Amino acid sequence: MIPRANAVATIPTTSPAHGSITGGKRINNLSWKIAGAAGDGILNAGRMFAKLCMRDGLYVFASAEYPSLIRGGHNHLDIRVSDKPLASHTKWVDLLVALNQEAVDKHASKIIPGGGIIYDGDTLKVSVESLKRSDIALFPLPLLKTASACGGPIMRNVVAMGATIGLLGVALSSFIAILTETFEKKGDAVVQKNIKAAQAGYDLVKGKPFPVSLKKQPGPQRLFMSGNEAMTAGAIKAGLTFFAAYPMTPASSILHTVAANEKDYNIVVKHTEDEITAINAAIGASYAGARSMTATSGGGFALMVEGLGLAAQTETPLVVANVMRPGPGSGMATHSGQGDLQYVLHASTDEFPRVVVAPGDAAENYTLGFEAFNLADQYQLPVILLSDKYLAESYCSVDPLPHQLSVHRGKMVTTAQQNYKRYALTKDAVSPRARPGIPGCMFVASSYEHDEEGNECEEPAVRVAMHQKRFRKIEQLAKTLPQPKLIGPADAPITFVSWGSPKGPILEAMKLLKSDGVATNFLQLMYLSPFPTETVSRILKKAKQLVLVESNMTSQLGSLIREQCLITIKEKILRYDGRPFDPEDIVAAIKEMIV
Amino acid sequence: MTISLADLTTQETPTWCPGCGDHTILASLKNALAELVIDPKDVVIVSGIGCGSKIPHYVKTYGFEGLHGRGLPVAMGIKLANPTLTVIAISGDGDTYGIGGNHFMHTMRRNLDIVHIVQDNQVYGLTKGQYSPTSKKGFKSPSSPHGALETPVNPLALALTMGASYVARGYALNVSQLKELFVDALNHKGYAFVDVLQPCVNYNRANTPQWYQENTQVLQGNDPANWDEAMKLARRTDKLPLGLFFKEDRPTYDGEVSVYEKGVPATRDISNIDLSMMLKHYV
Repeated sequence: MIPRANAVATIPTTSPAHGSITGGKRINNLSWKIAGAAGDGILNAGRMFAKLCMRDGLYVFASAEYPSLIRGGHNHLDIRVSDKPLASHTKWVDLLVALNQEAVDKHASKIIPGGGIIYDGDTLKVSVESLKRSDIALFPLPLLKTASACGGPIMRNVVAMGATIGLLGVALSSFIAILTETFEKKGDAVVQKNIKAAQAGYDLVKGKPFPVSLKKQPGPQRLFMSGNEAMTAGAIKAGLTFFAAYPMTPASSILHTVAANEKDYNIVVKHTEDEITAINAAIGASYAGARSMTATSGGGFALMVEGLGLAAQTETPLVVANVMRPGPGSGMATHSGQGDLQYVLHASTDEFPRVVVAPGDAAENYTLGFEAFNLADQYQLPVILLSDKYLAESYCSVDPLPHQLSVHRGKMVTTAQQNYKRYALTKDAVSPRARPGIPGCMFVASSYEHDEEGNECEEPAVRVAMHQKRFRKIEQLAKTLPQPKLIGPADAPITFVSWGSPKGPILEAMKLLKSDGVATNFLQLMYLSPFPTETVSRILKKAKQLVLVESNMTSQLGSLIREQCLITIKEKILRYDGRPFDPEDIVAAIKEMIV
Repeated sequence: MTISLADLTTQETPTWCPGCGDHTILASLKNALAELVIDPKDVVIVSGIGCGSKIPHYVKTYGFEGLHGRGLPVAMGIKLANPTLTVIAISGDGDTYGIGGNHFMHTMRRNLDIVHIVQDNQVYGLTKGQYSPTSKKGFKSPSSPHGALETPVNPLALALTMGASYVARGYALNVSQLKELFVDALNHKGYAFVDVLQPCVNYNRANTPQWYQENTQVLQGNDPANWDEAMKLARRTDKLPLGLFFKEDRPTYDGEVSVYEKGVPATRDISNIDLSMMLKHYV
């Protein structure tokens, strides 16, 4: 076993992803970073910039890193813009906006030769000597002074944004449009101040050259969404009618997004007293007939585990999103990791079948966020959507979402029945499901083992029949699930194997490797329970060199594959420092492996 | 429409000891439901885990027997998903005041329109006799062989403090009063809390029927609109008052959820949701 977590890319003199920009001119391919303290308005400013690029027909990908505090600390937001689809962030920066000294110290080394740095020349000391680099352009601008003159130091971020778009040759009018929308609610005076600040920043760089520029291009109307927002859209599209949750980073924005839409979509949203309440209330609502969901991160999921068993035992459909962050305990609240896979696969007393599905990008968050409800209803069991902070909180330009999706509610009983048995042992193991209000179907949903009618029962034969019934459902389900497929050339000498958010960095690494003459392909696993054993075994056996990529230390997918397929993947690229994979580091690890 | 007791009776035989207060609580509840002629298909009885929590199996309505301590959250989910249902939560003293204490507190302050009956026998029955949150100080049990050291929870004072809009105490062996309290609680719009004192013939040798005979007294002449008076009554430790302590009309949580204007969430048509209203924020 060779863990390759430590392979780190070194700064390229020319990056195949970007091309050299020394002395050249590059259009519509940018990596931009803004960094400073929490409270500096980095996220809002950056998202406005990304959105305006998207409206100009370009693809964007924005990911942020921030600590778990409200003021201070170090934040940064990385935005990539391109005329080609983007799957992840990149390690290198073309243009850095540094709002404090720490931002310079931490990120200047990531600027590509020929790139530049915007900073406040009045407050920060930045020079060729201090940076030990003479290959980047310095833009010392009076950010604070200009912001204050326009109406307040808080608008430093907007001045910096004005300068950014000025250097990149973007029309100020598109930025003004976004500023207006963003600050409209705060009144015209605030809007005008911000426009003034943007204009001033724009003017500060007038006539200054920068080798990267952005140009409008035609394209469909895309959506600027985070993974959590896309998942919520999928759930709402599926007819979500009840949502209960307790806030926990990085899952909270699902709660916020559902709440913002509760009136338009007739959804009962309850911020409960704890996660135990959230899952039990969601189960109650589902029992009553609602399409119901809860969302949390690992610590909250721990409190939900007994409830998960309740949903399984009562065969009540339930969708639970676990948006992972590093643990154990409180771990690293605002960072990313994939340490919960084995946990969600097994979390319960005793054993019961569940669906565990891990989307890999925002578009999959939408489609699987939708599909989770169909599976929960059709098979009357818990469905766990497993995401992580990098996927949940990264924003990207999403192609128009498919809207021709069919709602399947399974065996819902809508009229009075004769001799109704809620847990009838049927051929496909799924029983007819009545809800309160339906005449003649009164039954008790019990957390105790029960017979076909729902009456508590501890007879060995009944127990065995019911336990087998619950598992038989998932055997049926396994036959209907879409099977994983290889992405990339089938005969490539290297096959990446991964799940969840590393998908993006892997796809970007594959592009980089391809341009270096190294062909690779990628097996992305979405459905992890029930596990697509046959398909995975077949693909892995044919592959030449397998490389596992996961954000945990013990290679939990690797263990699952070994358990299910009796195949051991020896080469592993693992990262568990709370940060997402950089595509360039994956490339470096592969190159180290093949020399 | 009429509802007879037979209509409300299931094939299941209660597993309770002879002389257990649960028998009369069950009978009083069925009598109240029959008197009010609530269609059993529109009633959901939600319980947790405990001897008394088996009650949903003995009443022919819809039922949900959840996890220990977690009946109230399930009841909330059901009521909020379909506010047209009559939801009755039933739980024991350990379930409600111990493991489920957090849910109890928050359900009261949100004034959810449900009835909550607590079977309060001051002891854990199903797990064989340990002391409970309402056991009196000094109560000897397998988990407190030298006597319980804590001051017992005062459920009525707690309910009054947390904003319960209907607060009553019944006694399992005073069946006529108990049925009246259940009828009144079912008629109340808001969270209606009825703490029911009951003997546990097997494990509670302190609070016997004779003890209740000597230490309880039916309330007379109090003003249920007077919170201060209710609190004074709730704090009595001698001659525990039985009856309605407090009642007020105030907005219910489910009454203030605005989304019901467009229909009952649990039963509305979701076959073709148009996302355009939501997605316009992302373009």
